[in-house]
Amino acid sequence: MAQLSLKHIGKTYGAVEVIRDLNLEVVDGEFLVLVGPSGCGKSTLLRMIAGLEDISEGTFSIDGRVVNDLPASKRDLSMVFQSYALYPHMSVRKNLAFGLQNMRLHRAEIDSRVAEAARILQIEPLLDRKPRQLSGGQKQRVAIGRSIVREPKLFLFDEPLSNLDAELRVQMRVELAALYERLKTTMIYVTHDQVEAMTLASRIVVLRGGKVEQVGTPVELYTRPANLFVAGFIGSPKINMIPASYENGAARTADFPTLPLTGLPNGPLTLCLRPEAVTLDGGDCQAQGRVKLVEYLGADTLVHIDLPSGQSLLFHANGRDAQKAGQTVTVGINAADLHVFDASGNRIER
Amino acid sequence: MRRFFRRNAAGYLFLSPWLVGFFLLALGPILASLYLSFTHYDMVSTPRWVGVDNYVYMFDRDRRFWRALSVTFHYVAIAVPLRLAMALAVAMLLDKGLRSIGVYRAIFYLPSLLGASIAIAILWREMFGLNGMVNEALAMIGITGIGWITTPSTSLYTIVILAMWQFGSPMLIFLAGLRGIPRDLYEAAEIDGTPKWRQFFRITLPMLAPVLFFNLVLQTIEAFKTFTSAFVISNGSGAPADSLLFYTVYLFNEAFKFFRMGYASALAWVLLIIIGAFTAVAFATSKYWVHYENERD
Repeated sequence: MAQLSLKHIGKTYGAVEVIRDLNLEVVDGEFLVLVGPSGCGKSTLLRMIAGLEDISEGTFSIDGRVVNDLPASKRDLSMVFQSYALYPHMSVRKNLAFGLQNMRLHRAEIDSRVAEAARILQIEPLLDRKPRQLSGGQKQRVAIGRSIVREPKLFLFDEPLSNLDAELRVQMRVELAALYERLKTTMIYVTHDQVEAMTLASRIVVLRGGKVEQVGTPVELYTRPANLFVAGFIGSPKINMIPASYENGAARTADFPTLPLTGLPNGPLTLCLRPEAVTLDGGDCQAQGRVKLVEYLGADTLVHIDLPSGQSLLFHANGRDAQKAGQTVTVGINAADLHVFDASGNRIER
Repeated sequence: MRRFFRRNAAGYLFLSPWLVGFFLLALGPILASLYLSFTHYDMVSTPRWVGVDNYVYMFDRDRRFWRALSVTFHYVAIAVPLRLAMALAVAMLLDKGLRSIGVYRAIFYLPSLLGASIAIAILWREMFGLNGMVNEALAMIGITGIGWITTPSTSLYTIVILAMWQFGSPMLIFLAGLRGIPRDLYEAAEIDGTPKWRQFFRITLPMLAPVLFFNLVLQTIEAFKTFTSAFVISNGSGAPADSLLFYTVYLFNEAFKFFRMGYASALAWVLLIIIGAFTAVAFATSKYWVHYENERD
């Protein structure tokens, strides 16, 4: 198990600054997910933690020991790569044993650890196969197996599920969660998929442009996003964002002229509302809208509603609600469900 | 049949320069040499059929044939591994991501372009001669050199050094192969604490095996066919003491110096069989050490 501390971390490639002044504490035994759009620096940060990239600025320590200049092999961690990085000329068994041979363990110990990992990951029948004879999911299991046999104090995952199809991704996600529950070792997991982040994480770090936008539990990020970026990034279906203004103690939007909101600073605002918080024929404030599109997803239905101003609103209905495209509906919102952000996009606590 | 030709006429038209060249300049002489290898032919009188006499003489009584074979095998066994090792070593250096890599690649490839020329062979003869540059350099550190080319025990190695210097072509192929090895294999090994030497033997070499195999076959064939350097450096005789009597030099002398064209043709066919046998063995053993990523099971 490992406790990580990153203080004022920066990474530059020539004149390009990829990560700036990043501060992060990783608690012992937690499953920390780094999430953000492509190019936000999450993989670079993970590689810096792994020791595969130099740290340009700041201090990185594991269990209180500064490891900026410590080679990857001395950091007692293992990493699962997006591409699996299995040695194609070696059997699954040899892939699993390769790292252990460097640790100069006895043959019996190596065999026992390989067998145990194979049992946990249910890859025993595959041990004598070559990676090219495996499916994507099996390869991913082997890659994870190669990590766990070394019994490191820190696991790193670099978008490990992004090469898998949707069904397999869900299955592997469940297996990873079960593995974490079993091992309870510190894990840092990079993904651009916020569903993976929400379902796996003890805490999530949302990154954008090399900076931390918010750190928190999935519930904190969902219910109290720190800014518009986090509000928009976390949550599927996507949050509704409605431009608004607050003047002389009254909040209004183009479609909701009187909103029961008080105590806000004068000026432009953005009001955000989760699709499941939108109501029909109810709420503190109502507006007429026209159903543009109905997306039936089985257990849920997403209803896209156009308001008179042209503002689009997403409504999360249960099961097979009866809305049809072209139908006129009364949309309602409750002030208590609104997330309010100022002109700079920062959350205003109410 | 007519429909086949009508449909494929354009293709055959484009192929025609090669087809004409192959049938007239390659296949014709190949078949002629096979026939001539069973004849006595001095290039003046009509070939006279002698059956397998040329082959019997070659294996049974021609001591220079065995000598030429020995020199050539000796050369192949030393020059091919050394050239491949040199090529791989330089390719690995260039793969480190040097700046101006294109310039270095061109510089390192240059000897391969020049190497087969007569001028370079003459230069080599002068360099390794008794009063050559090599001995002058040795003299500066107090060592009295010998005539490297005129001493039978060292002459072959001067040509081995020349072969090593011409590593450009396999080097480029190795470089392309090295570029094809995914970086994350090394990163995974790095995190696992795999020492560099083990990464080389357990990752680089196995991943390069198809390229290594290709280079090995090609360089072995080329080494068996070595002619210009040996011919020029030994003044066409294979001297000193037949230490540079390469198979091709012997074959050339039999054909164009002593005009025993029938016997030379038999020598050529034996060389072809030897090269074919080596290539076949290489292919047969390759399944044990060459791994192909997309191989079917």
